[in-house]
Amino acid sequence: MHELPQQLANGLILGALYGLVAIGYTMVYGIVQLINFAHGEIFMVGGFGALTAFLALPGGTSLWIAIPLMLLAGILVSTLVAVGAERFAYRPLRGAPRLAPLITAIGLSIVLQQLVFSFYPDAKKARVFPKIPGDPIEFASVTIQRSDIFLLVAAPLCMIVLGWFVAKTRSGRAMQATSQDPDTAKLMGIDTDRIIVMAFAIGAAFAAVAAVAYGLRTGQVDSRMGILLGLKAFTAAVLGGIGNIYGAMLGGLALGLTEGLATAYIQHVPGMDLFGGAAWKDVWAFVLLIVVLLVRPQGLLGERVADRA
Amino acid sequence: MRNRSLIVVSIAVAGALSLSACGSRGEKKAEDGAAGSTTTVTIGVDAPLTGDLSALGLGIKNSVDLAVKQANAKNEVPGVKFEIKALDDTAKPAPGQQNATNLVADKTVIGVVGPLNSSVAQSMQQIFNDANLVQISPANTGVALSQGEAWATGKKARPFKSYFRTATTDAVQGPFAAQYLVNEAKKKKVFLIDDQKTYGAGLAGTFKGEFTKLGGTIVGEEHVNPDDRDFNAIVTKVKSSGAEAIYYGGEYPAAGPLSLQLKEGGVNIPLMGGDGIQSGDFIKLNPKSQGDLATAVGLPVEQLPSAAKFIADYKAAAYKDAYETYGGYSYDSAWAIIQGVKTVVAANNGKLPADARAKVVAAVQAISFEGVTGKVSFDEYGDTTNKQLTVYAVKDGKWAVEKSGTLAG
Repeated sequence: MHELPQQLANGLILGALYGLVAIGYTMVYGIVQLINFAHGEIFMVGGFGALTAFLALPGGTSLWIAIPLMLLAGILVSTLVAVGAERFAYRPLRGAPRLAPLITAIGLSIVLQQLVFSFYPDAKKARVFPKIPGDPIEFASVTIQRSDIFLLVAAPLCMIVLGWFVAKTRSGRAMQATSQDPDTAKLMGIDTDRIIVMAFAIGAAFAAVAAVAYGLRTGQVDSRMGILLGLKAFTAAVLGGIGNIYGAMLGGLALGLTEGLATAYIQHVPGMDLFGGAAWKDVWAFVLLIVVLLVRPQGLLGERVADRA
Repeated sequence: MRNRSLIVVSIAVAGALSLSACGSRGEKKAEDGAAGSTTTVTIGVDAPLTGDLSALGLGIKNSVDLAVKQANAKNEVPGVKFEIKALDDTAKPAPGQQNATNLVADKTVIGVVGPLNSSVAQSMQQIFNDANLVQISPANTGVALSQGEAWATGKKARPFKSYFRTATTDAVQGPFAAQYLVNEAKKKKVFLIDDQKTYGAGLAGTFKGEFTKLGGTIVGEEHVNPDDRDFNAIVTKVKSSGAEAIYYGGEYPAAGPLSLQLKEGGVNIPLMGGDGIQSGDFIKLNPKSQGDLATAVGLPVEQLPSAAKFIADYKAAAYKDAYETYGGYSYDSAWAIIQGVKTVVAANNGKLPADARAKVVAAVQAISFEGVTGKVSFDEYGDTTNKQLTVYAVKDGKWAVEKSGTLAG
């Protein structure tokens, strides 16, 4: 069992990554009840935005300068794409049946993949992403990659900023009001269109931070990286209670821990040796989702809402 | 309002049309009738031209292109002009199968070079066999493709008589790696990982058999999904297993990050794999690949005197992409088809016979010539008779030759 602390750390790091992307699903759903299936691709374009910034910098630039610039570029690209998608793909369909924007979202995700592929001629191939150099850091029996420290700092920081924004600022409160009842909020003088754009933008910015973290962690980005990660983050959002910001983070962590522990230990459960190991980790993640939805359909932190599908 | 929706629809239609135009690019029509009695025959190429494995795929395509250009320049087969038709299988069985149907339907296609992946080959073999169209893979190493599913039990039976390959099989590659790790590198404890594809799992299986026979211990086994890029849970397992090396059955898109994350997680042991990781992209994706090992079939092209001309010609042709691991084998595969056509045409008074495809299959079976990679000929299963292998190690950002030889025992 001596590898348990390390597996817990792996799970937490992976979970933080899922959580950051899940915020985007949860905020958009919380306000417009739209599952933005193109969010995985918004994450992906953020990674390519950051990569482009890195490639544009002169060789040998210190990572202390490069990473903030990459973050900035990633956030810029992701946010622009998300806001553009909202304006041209979702807003015209706002009054339409809920299925329509859902299908648009799926179409949009394919368009975005194809666009990145066209801009980056070999984007279907993995592109090298810079890594933070240096040896891993050891805490007792736990080893942490240098590149993961970025994620360990960025994830809580993002959450604190978001929590403060939603609770304390005028726009944040307007956001809460819109998510509770958009029509009444509008009557109270809240510009709901602006709030919706803001929800898309914040989600996209978080996704871009996650994309930089993903790139640093795996040393590569590719145009298909948003598909599976987006699906996992969506799962995390549902797991935590879709619409709840802290739920997204909690769901992400639960999912990450499940994957880490399932890879390590399911094999050792008697009779389960066939279903353990890394190849099955996605299966266990979705088993967890099903179990939570059976026991607590609103998700871990969600509230029961009668009329929402 | 009406006008607006009309505009939207027309933009969508235009977009769809331009996308489908992309799909059909590369199907150049033959310029027929230019030289009177010249017949144009096509050599099909099926390989991943886009996607993760495109580095290898483009190397295959270019090498076949080079063979065809040289055959035409030398007028290798009088009265016959060669062309290539390269289709993209994106390293997946389903597009590969469509490409096979496409190539069979094109009556000018006389033989096919490819594919890269064993799992793709599986989906194509029946189609080519039904059409009597010769297929020579420069890269497939899955044993069952040529020796039948029961090969491991000793009951070898060739399933498709139109299938050949210039690459040696995993029945040779896995054990060769095991012998190297035990005898040369003195590694007795290995952690085994594979990606569950035909190639990766087969390689891991043949490695395991020989490694345990030589007295080595498999201290842990894992399977990953080929699309996984996060391996930290496995890193932890490897670390606590006490392994001295990792053997990975699979390809470089996953092997690169796997090896990188191992070293970043503090596990400083070499990762060894087969020819699926012996690519420049493995090193590009993995800045900490120093010391990682790979086997590849045949002798390094750079070391063969027969290949010096190939390398010079390839350079002179100024292709954008490197010839990669399979360049020499692809050139030889194409040349085997060209020689097959030559035999058939010579036996038919300088003309292509009506049943050319079937006759080329028979001619390729009997072929024997000195190619880029050594002697090119095929045994009763369609496998190459050339069973040489090489171990490579990453040194200073390059694959360097560690040891060449033939499988012992």
